[in-house]
Amino acid sequence: MTWSEMQPLLTQGTYDTLYMVLWSALVTVVGGLPLGVLLVLTDKGGLLQNTVVNKVIGVIVNIGRSLPFIILLIALIPFTTWVVGTFIGPTAMIVPLAVGAIPFFARLVETAIREVDHGLVEAVQSMGGSIPTIVRKVLLPQALPSLVSGVTTTLIVLIGYSAMAGAVGGEGLGSKAVTYGFQRFDNQFMLITVALLIVIVTVIQLIGDLTVRLLARRGRAAS
Amino acid sequence: MITTTGLTKVYQSRDREVTALDGVDLHVREGEVYGVIGQSGAGKSSLIRCVNLLERPTSGTVTVAGQDLTALAGRGRRASAELRRARTRIGMVFQHFNLLDSRTVLDNIELPLEILGVSGQARTRKAKELLDLVGLADKAKSYPGQLSGGQKQRVGIARALAGDPQVLLSDEATSALDPETTRSILQLLRDLNQQLGLTVLLITHEMDVVKTICDSAALMQRGRIVESGTVGELLATPGSELAQELFPVGGTASGPDRTVVDVTFQGESASQPVISQLSRTYNIDISILGAAMDTVGGKQIGRMRIELPGRFEENVVPIGFLREQGLQAEVVDGESAATAAAPAVPEQTPAAITKEVVK
Repeated sequence: MTWSEMQPLLTQGTYDTLYMVLWSALVTVVGGLPLGVLLVLTDKGGLLQNTVVNKVIGVIVNIGRSLPFIILLIALIPFTTWVVGTFIGPTAMIVPLAVGAIPFFARLVETAIREVDHGLVEAVQSMGGSIPTIVRKVLLPQALPSLVSGVTTTLIVLIGYSAMAGAVGGEGLGSKAVTYGFQRFDNQFMLITVALLIVIVTVIQLIGDLTVRLLARRGRAAS
Repeated sequence: MITTTGLTKVYQSRDREVTALDGVDLHVREGEVYGVIGQSGAGKSSLIRCVNLLERPTSGTVTVAGQDLTALAGRGRRASAELRRARTRIGMVFQHFNLLDSRTVLDNIELPLEILGVSGQARTRKAKELLDLVGLADKAKSYPGQLSGGQKQRVGIARALAGDPQVLLSDEATSALDPETTRSILQLLRDLNQQLGLTVLLITHEMDVVKTICDSAALMQRGRIVESGTVGELLATPGSELAQELFPVGGTASGPDRTVVDVTFQGESASQPVISQLSRTYNIDISILGAAMDTVGGKQIGRMRIELPGRFEENVVPIGFLREQGLQAEVVDGESAATAAAPAVPEQTPAAITKEVVK
């Protein structure tokens, strides 16, 4: 393949990959953040201690995390079809990607929130703060650097998943690499897609790290 | 202002129960600084946390400013809206400050005002006033991470005052600070108590804190209050452990036929030459074994351990004289004096040293 042949494929692939990853990341954050917060709040000794809810969420999250993504992808086909109307194409892929990443992200949120000093929670309780206030004004802002770093990790995991999704009717760089690089034995094309994926991952990691550092610097400037 | 009755807190772990509070009755009057002192594990931390119900008491009631908080608490673990409203009128400061390091100093002080639903501009104005009050007007835009411990605690105090509370709870507020900073923070608390009429309940393990600012004090041991009262009352209580701790005087009898008396001076009597009067009136030689003068709760108080020649029976009249002068005189029996002073003066008594010098 010549460069002029490759270029539109790569551009389209990159666009599709970013489209799938960014949208599914958004859904993942919206779905995983409350789950992670609930995991902490309902835990033993938590503000909303509730063993049943905690165990149920915990089991769901663990099942979600232990299923290999490729299996999840196939198992979710009826659900995806029901939500999007089709199970093929980048938009349809957002569903399994988000479902696969939500449990993963929820655990990262849980860890981040747990690290918040309990004394701060007590301080806000002593001011008469309600539980939503505590979550909004203490837990989330204080855990923000860890949460951002969790989002970065999730984005990178999603890029990996999205390549697999390419094998089951998705689009994106992964799908292009399989179709043109692997099935047509075009090593050059394969190498370029790999390089491109590395660049995307590196850029995301860099942006993530920089954000974390900026956020963390506020509090710890002189201490 | 703060009353607890029969306050009990039992912590349950898997196979045993720990009683942190065992029927605590506490009474803090309006406008006073009340110190609860005790060693770690005595239950004082559980006590102060039960006052604003951060910790739910197992039984007993807590009343703050006439409001029965235990009745407001509701049944579940979640604080009811009424309890939360009551908490906005009780300020609390913490040993480790508990400031949000993701917010500036000003935003930290605004936090309780946000909870109270005060609008933006009024919030900032109030927060700035409070910063001014604690002497940190220039640190509004700093982050807590850039402040020293003493400054952080000042921010903590300003934050606790944001809701215009009548009561301030202080949970070991100076325990993480060096002695000099401790003094300045205590001074600030004292000033606030006097300027704003703020009632302060503090817990501490440092006797100096009680000495410096408390009007009243209570001693906690194993979940119970074993002694309590105003500092004056405590000092006037024979055998009071707190008085002894507040005012340690040492020294043992120099011989068998001696009577050791602890004399406590308060207020007016502190300035009268009673000892020389005693010596002249009864023509006896008095040795001073130990003495201390200090200001406790803003009052000049002194304590002296003196030795009179002869057994107790021979000294009934001079001791009566001391009591007539409005002093508190307490005879120390040989055994307890020996144990109290043994570690400090193992070999020679101060009196013995004095005699040698005189020779």
